[in-house]
Amino acid sequence: MAKQTIKVKINGREREASVEPRLLLVHLIRESLGQTGTHIGCDTSNCGACTVMLNGKTIKSCTMFAVQADGGELMTVEGLIQNGQWHPLQEGFKEEHGLQCGFCTPGMLMSSYALLQKNPNPTEEDIRWGISGNLCRCTGYQNIVKAVQFAAKKMAQGGTK
Amino acid sequence: MIPPAFEYLRPKTVPEAVQMLQQHGDEAKILSGGQSLIPMMKLRLARPAFIIDINRIAGLSYIKEEGGFLKIGGLTREAELEASHIVKSKYPLLMDTAEVIADPQVRNMATVGGNLAHGDPANDHPATMMALGAQIVATGSKGERVIPIEQFFVTLFTTALKQDEILTEIRIPIPPAKSGGAYEKLERKVGDFATAAVAVQLTLDASGAVASAGIALTNAGPTPIKAKKAEDFLRGKKPDAATIAQAAQLASEAAQPSADLRGPAAYKVGLAKELAKRAIATAVARAGK
Repeated sequence: MAKQTIKVKINGREREASVEPRLLLVHLIRESLGQTGTHIGCDTSNCGACTVMLNGKTIKSCTMFAVQADGGELMTVEGLIQNGQWHPLQEGFKEEHGLQCGFCTPGMLMSSYALLQKNPNPTEEDIRWGISGNLCRCTGYQNIVKAVQFAAKKMAQGGTK
Repeated sequence: MIPPAFEYLRPKTVPEAVQMLQQHGDEAKILSGGQSLIPMMKLRLARPAFIIDINRIAGLSYIKEEGGFLKIGGLTREAELEASHIVKSKYPLLMDTAEVIADPQVRNMATVGGNLAHGDPANDHPATMMALGAQIVATGSKGERVIPIEQFFVTLFTTALKQDEILTEIRIPIPPAKSGGAYEKLERKVGDFATAAVAVQLTLDASGAVASAGIALTNAGPTPIKAKKAEDFLRGKKPDAATIAQAAQLASEAAQPSADLRGPAAYKVGLAKELAKRAIATAVARAGK
């Protein structure tokens, strides 16, 4: 099938790519745009490891065609770091031991980021619902919840968004 | 998993999309939220030669009350239902349903129209829309037609939509005062299809008796199932515990589930009974408020 040229903004940078329509967004992100922080986990829309933000909303990038994102704005886990400073969520995952193998972490970070944007002061239940589209087979989620709580607290004190 | 190759079409208007459907016939598939279609394409359960992406068609996403109906645009996302003030305040059955569909990322993409047009009895909106007595607006080459929800689901993955039709709107009659609804679903984990689920919509009269009832079952047969005997039984009666228990029994008798990894058929029938009991009780409590 004929390739099409698409334009996306990823983590603030305009990029262009020539894609086959069947190319999945996650492959565009990892292979054409070289942002390998986003992981491919189950590849069946269950695990959430491939979660990215498209136009301000989290989506599973293994369940969308790259052509659908044409003209859109993407943010991946690489976009969390600002001016060399870790995002409070990244600090939280480090301080609270919110990961073991780390495979689910990029997706967890993006879902948590979207949650805190909508709800800066979430309850434990809000956090568990917020990350309910992301599977972690190591932590039992306990420390992920603590990591998000750490970030919420830090953001409330520091005024970071 | 890489889906099979296809040609990608992106119409800007409904008539343009309809024309594409006419031109490509069986070889074309509408891409709405894509949260069922894309996984099916990856598994080679669907291999359309043409994908018609309707996501850029303007004006197909809305939630509004108009002319006696709650009107939901075919492209409205589940997340938009969840965030809707109208839905939250007046349509608890719809809110309950939207909240338990898949997970947050999927709900950001998945559409109400797609959930229905896919014709999967394991989806949650089909039973909910049956309980609500909804109507489906289909737009095709001959214009719009309205399909009552009870005639919409033909069999597994088959709806009354014609080859050149697109589901463009869902209409739910605005419930009268003293109405309430509830959706009770058991899933193995967040994001799974229902092991069983029951949708209930009720209206009470001035004396507190049931004036009208809509009850339907999710994932209990090849289509969503309307529990007519349970509805008839409830009508005119005061919904006390014994009446609710009997209605739940009748609702479960309408179930025809198959055994699968989620459990044996008898278990699912038993589950439908318990979920029906809970959903009716919650709907009654909400209607009384």
